[in-house]
Amino acid sequence: MSVLVVTEQQDGHWHRMSLEAIAAGQEAARALECPFLVAVMGSNVSELAAEVAAKRVSEVVLLDDPCLEQYTADGFSQALRQAIDQLQPALVLFPHTYQVRDLAPKLAASLGKPFVSDAIGMRVENKRPVFVRQLFQGKLNGDVTMEDEGPHFASVQSGAYRADAVEDGASTAAIRSLDLSIDAAGIRATPQQPFREAKDAVDLGAAEIIVSVGRGIQDPDNIPQAEALARALGGELAASRPICDNGWLPLDRQIGSSGQTVSPNLYLALGISGAIQHVVGMKGAKTIVAVNKDPGAPIFEIADYGIVADLFEIVPALVEILEARE
Amino acid sequence: MNILVCVKQVVARDSVLRIDPDGKWILDDGLTFEMNEPDTYALEEALRLKEKHGGEVIAVTAGPERSASTVREALAKGADRGIHIEDERFAEADTFATAQALAAAIEKEPHDLILTGLQSDDSGFGQTGVVLAELLGLPHATIIMEIDASGNQLRCKRELEAGWYQNVTLPKPALLTIQSGINKVRYATLMGIKRARRKPFTRYTPDDLGIAVTARQRLQRLYQPQQTQQTEFLQGTSREISEQLVAKLRFEARVL
Repeated sequence: MSVLVVTEQQDGHWHRMSLEAIAAGQEAARALECPFLVAVMGSNVSELAAEVAAKRVSEVVLLDDPCLEQYTADGFSQALRQAIDQLQPALVLFPHTYQVRDLAPKLAASLGKPFVSDAIGMRVENKRPVFVRQLFQGKLNGDVTMEDEGPHFASVQSGAYRADAVEDGASTAAIRSLDLSIDAAGIRATPQQPFREAKDAVDLGAAEIIVSVGRGIQDPDNIPQAEALARALGGELAASRPICDNGWLPLDRQIGSSGQTVSPNLYLALGISGAIQHVVGMKGAKTIVAVNKDPGAPIFEIADYGIVADLFEIVPALVEILEARE
Repeated sequence: MNILVCVKQVVARDSVLRIDPDGKWILDDGLTFEMNEPDTYALEEALRLKEKHGGEVIAVTAGPERSASTVREALAKGADRGIHIEDERFAEADTFATAQALAAAIEKEPHDLILTGLQSDDSGFGQTGVVLAELLGLPHATIIMEIDASGNQLRCKRELEAGWYQNVTLPKPALLTIQSGINKVRYATLMGIKRARRKPFTRYTPDDLGIAVTARQRLQRLYQPQQTQQTEFLQGTSREISEQLVAKLRFEARVL
């Protein structure tokens, strides 16, 4: 029995959430009182494996194969099936990245096992893991257990564990290189090189003040009101995903898992419910102000200042006060 | 091209949720239900592909009795046929049980393409599409922003993180999970709603399909999240609230 964390990298660079997953794995292995393994996957990634070997891990497992140079669901799940056969872990943990959303459900289903996605925490009861995950767009939390014997699969949400909590090892851990036989003909998808569309016109990451709008803005004709507030505060205007999906603001002003990640001094959320996809992009802000009509909106869980009110009454009042101040 | 599109009925956005007395799920009474928003984009994409390439769009759901109205909505928007695998347990089922039911129904239909939304607004597993592909033995790609189905193969644009994209080619048949915002969804017309009543609608029970509804992961307890942040709620008239806020941002938080 062991805990296995599967890390993610691209062209020899860590995905930033890989370390968070290692932190989660260290905690899980301690709670379950079992060995802790970390898998590093890709092509020519032995240097990354050596980096992990310095952490507090029982063993580093290297899945190095030319077929793993580019991510494919078929190639990666073949490799991980073989690793799981050889290592027999009780629990396999992933960071909840876009790649993991593509891969882990397939891997778990191929073994007839459950995958608890996007967990925000874990504890052990009766020697079995209990995961906490969010439901109903973050309005409620649930404790989730898994039936049958392992291997069980779970992914941890961005920011649920801290990368700087990863403990170093007392000595360097061994690196075990697995013999893989990946059937290249079984890889059905042909991926091209990742690319970026037109460069981001605005770098919201540099903004110290951000006024951000969500569904509560109701109509594209109301956007100028938020714009006026951003101007009065000397900040940038941003939005949650649905606003950009509707074309009310360009995609490069989107905050969240599919947009930009920001940590300004002030983040003023107007009519944003606080779904996790948005929150991961802004919860690092120093001060968060939320204006929302719904007192149950999850955005209030992370706000420093909350205003339960109609944003169309608050915004003009704020603009007036700010402009009078100058 | 025959397209199966999986839709789910979920509690309407902005609903006030009450937890049932045993703490296992929410209380249904008084709530309104609607098509899961991410699935509306998958349905729209299916209808657009049919308009371009011909064929048939079949909307399929695994859900309790009330979910029939969501299949009807899909028919009213332009789907040709509807399939409802009906069982009250699907309201709280895990991904595996749902995907198993969908797979059993879909296996009976000729299919070139299966579309699902990215995730559901209730349980939010975000994995039913991928598990379904695995159970059907099909290749898949997730978080799709563009589909070109004109050739023998499917050419798709996947969204990656932080503004990156990737083109992927897949053989047909395949399953794609659709990113919200890929298209602008249509509304049902009165004519569409009328026509929907005469469209074929198949109902199955899990028994008809020879499947069991067994969960592999169990929700033990549902509860209000704890505040991680001590939120200070400002009160008064709009003017008073705004004055308080500006003062607090200047002198307390020191960010203005």
